[in-house]
Amino acid sequence: MSAAQLAELRHTFALDKPVVVQFGDYLLRLAHGDLGVSFQYRTPVLRLILEHLGATVYLVGTATLLAAALGLWLGARTAWRRGGAADRANTAIALTLWSVPTFWLGLILIVVFAVGVGPIPGLFPTGGISAPGVTGIFPVVADRLAHLVLPCLTLVAVLYAQYLLIMRSSLLDEMGEDYLTTARAKGLRDTEVLRRHAVPNALLPTVTLVFLQLGTVVSGAVLVEAVFSWPGLGSLFYQALTVPDLPLLQGLFLFFSASVIVMNLLAELLCPLLDPRVRTG
Amino acid sequence: MTPALLEIADLRVTYRSASGEVPALRGIDLTIEAGQKVGIAGESGCGKSTLALSLLRLLPRGARATGRICFEGEDILTMGWGRLRAVRWSEASIVFQGAMHSLNPVRQVGSQVLEPILLHEEVEQAEARARVSRLFEDVGLAASTAHAYPHQLSGGQRQRVMIAMALACSPRLVVADEPTSALDVMVQAQILRLVDRLVTGQGIGLVLISHDLSVLTSTCDRVAVMYAGRIVEEGPAAEVFAAPRHPYTAALVAAYPRIGDETARGKPGGLAGDPPDPQRLPAGCSFRPLCPVAVAECERLDPPLWPAGAGRQAACIHLRPSDVR
Repeated sequence: MSAAQLAELRHTFALDKPVVVQFGDYLLRLAHGDLGVSFQYRTPVLRLILEHLGATVYLVGTATLLAAALGLWLGARTAWRRGGAADRANTAIALTLWSVPTFWLGLILIVVFAVGVGPIPGLFPTGGISAPGVTGIFPVVADRLAHLVLPCLTLVAVLYAQYLLIMRSSLLDEMGEDYLTTARAKGLRDTEVLRRHAVPNALLPTVTLVFLQLGTVVSGAVLVEAVFSWPGLGSLFYQALTVPDLPLLQGLFLFFSASVIVMNLLAELLCPLLDPRVRTG
Repeated sequence: MTPALLEIADLRVTYRSASGEVPALRGIDLTIEAGQKVGIAGESGCGKSTLALSLLRLLPRGARATGRICFEGEDILTMGWGRLRAVRWSEASIVFQGAMHSLNPVRQVGSQVLEPILLHEEVEQAEARARVSRLFEDVGLAASTAHAYPHQLSGGQRQRVMIAMALACSPRLVVADEPTSALDVMVQAQILRLVDRLVTGQGIGLVLISHDLSVLTSTCDRVAVMYAGRIVEEGPAAEVFAAPRHPYTAALVAAYPRIGDETARGKPGGLAGDPPDPQRLPAGCSFRPLCPVAVAECERLDPPLWPAGAGRQAACIHLRPSDVR
């Protein structure tokens, strides 16, 4: 590359201006919703983010829903039978999976269930979001779901422990409360006491934490997306890091931070709907 | 002869703790006839609340109850879970102490009163709701209070909700565990009059648990005084407190100042020490270490309830009948 070409490139990306001026320009454009242009793709960063957002929401959204449902359900069960064999086994398994490195678990799942080991055939695709050349509604849906299984499973395995532990501890806090004795005295079955009285109260702190968690999930899927070549924000981030594509990285950081803040706001708005004490207070 | 409403025989409850078994009730015998109002008196830790919870088998896990609690001839302690759930609330209900925590904080109080009605009786929603409104009016609350949450109500209002809830299924027995202890004196009197009126009007048996003797004398037909997990004196409410036969009852009465009594105002009575640790009960009579009239034999003999006048019993060595050695 000649010196003239380098100078032209520097001029195109405004890198020949002083850093302070560059930053000022960036903020000014940011105020107009312009996140700059990616070095690598030569496309506006905002468009790149929006293009990749769908895949991430599809994967992380599904995984979070499943992990939350599984974690909350198991958490309620383990708290109700605290100290029992099921409680100890469930908590131990969840904590082990939580401690496992995400990329390692993803690779193991690929080796076992996508490549195939011994008698196990390769059941699922090794990566990507869809296979080329599939047509028709049902084949496309089946293909999309088959691609979703392994990355989703990895995320659920790693994520559900937090929901389990949150639910378990909030429910344990409720267990000693007098209104549960009232509920039992009324003649309700234990499962009804749990479902109608204990869980609705234990859900309040849990929902707040789940939403705080949701904000970080968008960025937390980087490793899984990289391992499974999932064309979402995580892969975009990973590729931007290897270049490094500074405008794209900056845009992604902003986007991730914003999603945490938006989720916090949602949690704040949701709490009064669930807890009458917050409504009037 | 029809069985008594409630017949408790040799009820013993022990709690398992890290340092071993803790006896909370040590052989309670008590009979309550239909429509009778019986008070249970005693200081904190004497086992009053354990007694209330054991009547519907609501003790926490780790507690073991033996003996018999016969409710209209059926033993609560041995009945199957299904039958027990059916008896709970529809035949015997509880007004808990501190209605602040005994109501679910995130549900409207009306739906909490409605819950046992729908659970125990096959009635239409609309009919059950109408009954909740009537119950609220009976306890002196506006029907619109049903849509309130517990935190929006005062302590007295919450206790009224608890009473409405206890009466929701027209039980034969209501157990009130310190129903007024968290309320100020004016509200206490209102709540007690309310309980008295509703229970008497519907012929419901009442077990009223309190440490406040004036509360018990004004409401109950009979009282039982508990000390360290046992009943030490039992008899007609007015007589027991006017002329106690057990030295502990006497000390309990002396601890309450009386209006117009100059000596009591200057020097309220009381005991020189705390009740015994239930894990290290003294040999013989458990009240002996604090008893002003103890004799040497009290160390060896834990007296049972002996007759102490018409319809009265007390567990003190000084009441030993002449034919007992």
